[in-house]
Amino acid sequence: MSLKILKAGMLDSIQDMGRFGYQQVGINPTGAMDKYAAAIANILVGNNSHVPVIEMHFPAATIFFEHPALIALSGADFSATIDGNSIPTNHAVIVNKNTTLQFHSLKNKSRCYLAIKGGIKLSKWLNSYSTNLKAEAGGFSGRRLLKDDIIELNSQFDHTNQHDENDPIAIGFKTLPWQANEDFGIEDTAQLLVLHGAEWNWLDKNSQEKFLRNPFFISHNSDRMGYRLASEPLQLITKTELVSSAVSFGTIQLLPDGQLIILMADHQTTGGYPRLGNIISVHLPMLAQLKAGDKIQFKFTDHPTAENLILKQQQHLTQLEIACKLRLENYIHEKGHNE
Amino acid sequence: MEQLPPYKIFPLGDAALVIDFGNLIDESINKLVHAVFYQLQKDPIPGMIEAVPAYSSLTIYYNVLFIRKKISRHETAFEWISEKVKKYLSRETIEMEDSGTLIRIPVCYESDYGTDLNFIAMQNKISVEEIIHLHVSTTYRVYMLGFLPGFAYMGMVDEKIATPRKQFPAPVEAGSIGIAGRQTGIYPLNSPGGWQIIGRTPLKLFDKEKNDPTLFKTGDTVQFNSITKDEFENTKSRNA
Repeated sequence: MSLKILKAGMLDSIQDMGRFGYQQVGINPTGAMDKYAAAIANILVGNNSHVPVIEMHFPAATIFFEHPALIALSGADFSATIDGNSIPTNHAVIVNKNTTLQFHSLKNKSRCYLAIKGGIKLSKWLNSYSTNLKAEAGGFSGRRLLKDDIIELNSQFDHTNQHDENDPIAIGFKTLPWQANEDFGIEDTAQLLVLHGAEWNWLDKNSQEKFLRNPFFISHNSDRMGYRLASEPLQLITKTELVSSAVSFGTIQLLPDGQLIILMADHQTTGGYPRLGNIISVHLPMLAQLKAGDKIQFKFTDHPTAENLILKQQQHLTQLEIACKLRLENYIHEKGHNE
Repeated sequence: MEQLPPYKIFPLGDAALVIDFGNLIDESINKLVHAVFYQLQKDPIPGMIEAVPAYSSLTIYYNVLFIRKKISRHETAFEWISEKVKKYLSRETIEMEDSGTLIRIPVCYESDYGTDLNFIAMQNKISVEEIIHLHVSTTYRVYMLGFLPGFAYMGMVDEKIATPRKQFPAPVEAGSIGIAGRQTGIYPLNSPGGWQIIGRTPLKLFDKEKNDPTLFKTGDTVQFNSITKDEFENTKSRNA
C-alpha cells in the first residue's frame, strides 16, 4: 500500500496541525499553512483533522497510486487529473490502483492539500508528523518530497469493483457526488482582521493611519516562514531596542526598513522586531492561500469577534465531518449490496 | 519570592498571551520567568498548549475552543486565561529553585573558525588573545532558546568584547559561537546569521534522534574552554 512520486513538485511536504510543546527549545511548530483546507481534505475522506496530508505548491508532484485509495484535494485548484481525466477539489475521489494524479495549471490560490483515507504511514517526530524543513526532521525524511519517493499508506481502499463494467471506477477513478463548501473566497483585496500588538503604539500617528488605510502587497520574498509586504514605509516614534520574546503564526512585525513581515507556519519561535498586530486565527488560511503580488488590507477587531469566528469555523468543520462520515458510510454500504 | 515585580499581560493574537516583566536583560527577572515557566510545566493552566520563556517575558499559547467550552458565554478565553494567570502569579509560592546544569563547551578560537575575531579586535581595540581570554573566563546563563532549534541566548559577555550585529546576515556554519551586543550564542545548524563569529565547537547542539534534541535548556550555566584545531577535529570525528 503505497504511492510513488513520479516527478517532484516545487515544494511538497508532509504536514499536520503542527508540532507544539517544543518552542521552548527553539523548535518551531511548522504544520500546514492552510490548516482549514488540510482539515477539509481529511474530513472528506473520513479521517480526523490531525492525520498528516501532503501540502503542495505549484508546480506540484506527479503521484502514482500503486493501490486503490480514497483521496481528496482541498485548498488551491491546480487542475488535477487522474490518468488525464479532470477531478474536482473538495470532493472525495476513489482512485484505482495503477493510476496517476497530475496537476496542470494553477487556477486559484497557492497551496493544495492531498488527504488519503487511513493516512500516511510515518513515525512521529516530537509528537507530530509535520516536516520541519530547517531542522531536517519530521514528515518524510525531514525533507520535501522528491522523485522516486515511495510513501507508505496505512490502509488501502477496498470498496472498488474491478468487475463491474458500468462502474466508473473501472476507468480508474470515481468522484463521489458530495462536496465540501470550504470557500471563504478571495476578493480582489483580502481584508484581514487584526488584533493589536504590544508595540502598536510605537508607530507614529501618520504610520498608524497608513497601516489601516494603505494596501500592502505580498512580495516575492515570501515563503512558509513569512510574507514580506511592500507598501509605504512605516515609522516608529521610539528607537527602543526590544529584547527577544516569543512570536506566533500571524504576528505582524515591523522591520528596520519600515516594511512589514507577517510570520507564517515555519516562523522562528522568538523575535525582536516590534509587533504591530496579529492576524486572527480564522483569517490565517486565507492569508496562506495568497501569493506574491496579491493585495491585503488590515482592519482591527477585538477578542470576542476573533474567538467567535474560531467557534463558528469549528462548528462548520464538525457539521461537515458528520455529514461526510454519513455519506461515506452509506456509499460503502450500498456498494456492498450491489456486489 | 517575596514581592513580584510589576508585569503586564498583553495578547499575542487570539490564541496566546504574553506576561511581560519589562523590556530588559536582567538575571533576576529571567530567573523569575523560568520559575513561573517550570511551575506551569508541572501545574499547567487548563487549556494551555505550551509556554515559551524569553529574556523578560513568558508567552502562553492556549486552546480557545477548549477554554470556551468550559466558561460562560459572556467571557472570552483571553479574559478567562488572563485572570487565571494573575491568580497564578499572586500565589505566594513561586519557587525560585534553579534547575539549570553547568555545561562545558569546548571551542576552537582559531581564525579558520573565529572569522570575525580580527574585526572585533580592531573595532574594540583589543587583542585576539584578550577576546578569547575574556570569553572563557566568564560563566554564562542561558537566558532563553529561540531563533533556531537549540539556539541558546547567553549572557553577559564582558563589555570589552561586546559588539553589534552585522548589518547583513552571512552564512554561518553549525557550531559557530557568536557575539551580539553583550549576548553570546551558538548556531546549532547551518544558517544565515548576523552575530560576529569568534570560534566553533565540535559538539552537536541539536540532534533530532534524541528524545531531548537540544543540548541546552533555559536556565543552564555555560562555560567555554579553548581547544586546538587538532582537539576540535578529534572530538568532531568522535561525535560523528
